[in-house]
Amino acid sequence: MEQHSRRDARHERLFRWLLQGCALLVLASLLGAAGATLWGGREAFGTFGWHFLVSSEWDPGNDVYGALVPVYGTLATSFIALLIAVPISFGIALYLSEVAPAWLRTPVAAAIELLAGIPSIIYGMWGLFVFAPFFAEHVKPWLTSNLGNQPDDGKLSWVAEHVPFVGKLFASDYPFGASILVAGIVLAIMVIPFVSSVMREVFQTVPTRLKESAYALGSSTWEVAWGIVLPYTRSAVIGGIFLGLGRALGETMAVTFVLGNAMTLSASLLDPGTSIASTIANQFSEAAGLQKSALMAVAFLLFVVTFIVLLIARLMLRRLASKEGR
Amino acid sequence: MNALYLRRRIVNALAMLLSTLATLVGLTFLAWILWETLRQGIGALDLKLFTRITAYGEDGGLLNSMVGSVIINFIGIGIATPIGVLAGTWLAEYADHTRLGEMIRFLNDILLSAPSIVLGLFVYTIIVLPSTALTHGSTTFSGFAGGVALALIALPVIVRTTDEMLRLVPSTLREAALSLGVPQWKLTLQILIRAARSGIVTGVLLALARISGETAPLLFTAFGNNYTVFNPMDKMSSLPQIIYQYANDPGDAMHALAWAGAFVLTMFVLLLSLASRLLLSRTKVTHD
Repeated sequence: MEQHSRRDARHERLFRWLLQGCALLVLASLLGAAGATLWGGREAFGTFGWHFLVSSEWDPGNDVYGALVPVYGTLATSFIALLIAVPISFGIALYLSEVAPAWLRTPVAAAIELLAGIPSIIYGMWGLFVFAPFFAEHVKPWLTSNLGNQPDDGKLSWVAEHVPFVGKLFASDYPFGASILVAGIVLAIMVIPFVSSVMREVFQTVPTRLKESAYALGSSTWEVAWGIVLPYTRSAVIGGIFLGLGRALGETMAVTFVLGNAMTLSASLLDPGTSIASTIANQFSEAAGLQKSALMAVAFLLFVVTFIVLLIARLMLRRLASKEGR
Repeated sequence: MNALYLRRRIVNALAMLLSTLATLVGLTFLAWILWETLRQGIGALDLKLFTRITAYGEDGGLLNSMVGSVIINFIGIGIATPIGVLAGTWLAEYADHTRLGEMIRFLNDILLSAPSIVLGLFVYTIIVLPSTALTHGSTTFSGFAGGVALALIALPVIVRTTDEMLRLVPSTLREAALSLGVPQWKLTLQILIRAARSGIVTGVLLALARISGETAPLLFTAFGNNYTVFNPMDKMSSLPQIIYQYANDPGDAMHALAWAGAFVLTMFVLLLSLASRLLLSRTKVTHD
């Protein structure tokens, strides 16, 4: 009997260690990813120091590397993506939680979540073969002639003349669709299902009595959404937006196809560019020496930035969860 | 007063209209993407896609890539499932409300959306580089390395579903077993995991759907291969990798093959997520 319980205790301890070991692998893979890229990038960080972050030169011929162009591309595309995705996701979440008739909610929600299931490389192919040509033919001419400062007919539009910076953002003599703006749009389509499903979920946590009190006082649906639901769920909504930002920053395939892969810094959103992830995808297999190290170094930057963004996202989302328990 | 009322009604109607439009925009893009994949994919579909390998180029198919994808995904799921289920069990049964448990649960959620290309570089550093050094360059990129990279992406999905599913198991089941003197490890393995089985299977299917479409980490772990190989230590092609390569090729015939591959991949992933959703309809869990 004594022996039996001792054996059980030993098994128990072993089992517990096994389980804990597996759980620690989660921690290990995050630390490992950060450590491996930092270690791989040490040569580039050591050689270029702070210039690595601010230099826009990426020249494998002379072995000089600076991260500014890919960093700018990553931030610009993600920013455009959020600018488009946030209002649309909010609209979808509002539609699904307040506007749509009950029988329509489940199928529409399932269809939007289907978007999240499509592999990113399919977005990339669609962007490359379908959307970028469509954009170049139908949208881009309108943008350059109505907003840009180099219109084809030479006549500046009112906006380009009077609003600062806008003219530069939409000027382009590059004939193809692939550009920072198109990459931002494709990214937006990718993150919409994530952001809208988080928003919809948190909208449903709003206590019915709060909403009904407002309705009883004569509020309209919009006033309830804007004045009751949104303030109540604010931190979680911001968390959902940051979650979308985290996705957008690290996305590789959807962006690589439609960014044009140009290592130049341009003020125009209609010019091609590059992002951290697509630079790595394009160059890593053929890179050696200092170039490989520079790619590892930008990967480290990407990982750190995404980690911080996702950390904020999860902390914000958690705040609502703790409110729910009260 | 009347003017104010009118303005409120107009604002409300406008907001409702805009939110409906936003939903229509989302659905339009979904339909557009699926339609193009179907149209171009079915147009390029023929038998040699499944019978010939990519070494034939324009006259070839994608057989070796499909075989490679199956092997790499199998390795990935094979590694991630036991580790993920055990880690999820630890979170739900042993470390609930402990500081370390909360931290790992939190970090797991971050790993869930971490950039896959960086995880690919991590696996490149810990597997491809050492195996190159150890074998003096005869083994470099390998299907196994690709599988490990995909395992890192599948792991957090499985950990999270297992954790959530186990927490749905009623605690009376645990109390009943413990009162009969069953040791906790036996309770966990033989009762709890069995009770949460369908939920855990759903998590594994979702993880499979997620990794089947992953491209970025495979580019510098499994690399690619024009021939069918079964040895996991060889360079290996995969469906996403060949789609990436062919879509970047200037030839139209290659684009057609890429679309056919994209069609097969999309159908597989969508059917898989449909299957897991059907399994899941019995129990409610979140995946963001």
